[in-house]
Amino acid sequence: MGYFNAFIVGGFICLVGQLLMDATKLTSAHVLIIFVTSGVVLTAVGLYEPLVKIGGAGATIPLPGFGYSLAKGAFKGVDQNGLLGAFFGGVEATSGGITAAIVFGYLMAIIFNPKTKP
Amino acid sequence: MDNNQYQQKDKYQKLVEKRAPKPNYWKNGIWAFGIGGAICVIGQCIHNKIELIMNLSHLDATNATILIMILIGALLTGLGFYDLIGKKAGAGSIIPITGFANSIVAPAMEFKREGYVFGVAARMFILAGPVLVYGITSSVIVGIIYYFYNS
Repeated sequence: MGYFNAFIVGGFICLVGQLLMDATKLTSAHVLIIFVTSGVVLTAVGLYEPLVKIGGAGATIPLPGFGYSLAKGAFKGVDQNGLLGAFFGGVEATSGGITAAIVFGYLMAIIFNPKTKP
Repeated sequence: MDNNQYQQKDKYQKLVEKRAPKPNYWKNGIWAFGIGGAICVIGQCIHNKIELIMNLSHLDATNATILIMILIGALLTGLGFYDLIGKKAGAGSIIPITGFANSIVAPAMEFKREGYVFGVAARMFILAGPVLVYGITSSVIVGIIYYFYNS
């Protein structure tokens, strides 16, 4: 059941992104930014939390899940440290992902060379 | 440029738009849905395994899953498989966090010949940078609003 929900929720989020790319002339970079920001905003108004409850990884693996972690972290930071927490919390909650992206990304870019395009 | 040239340019623009191939919404949508969903199912598998084996809390398991998915995405990009998936899947391979890793590794590899500082390290963030800028900035704004709303 968990896997089925993850498939549906994750697939649906990607479908929305694809339709956005096809129907408008937005580049993938714009779509990524829209998705992260909407993840933050949807979490703030309380609409993304239920999606995570239902979809599990289907909602946390797509990029809005990154926005979800950022917003949740910012709220947690505010609860603990007041106004300063708004600055600490977001990156604190996503520090693992950001660091992994930098370190693994750098390592892989060093190790491998781009394939010649057919 | 005089008025006539402007008109010609306008005409040409319209012709280009008319002749540009229309995207196949159904086909692209189904591919994006399928591949995007499949990547999330893999993520769910890893999440469940981690939660079971390492006895982590739900939130820690989620973070660990994202870490592993980034590693997988970066590795597949390095090996050249991710671009093959991406050709078919479109947003299905871009939106998941593995696509975020792809957007870091692909330009970094491409510009390696420009050196390890301005080539690899700087180009890594050509797509990831904007994502972090908008994500982090909006989270701070939301946090500040939350603070004043509660006080």
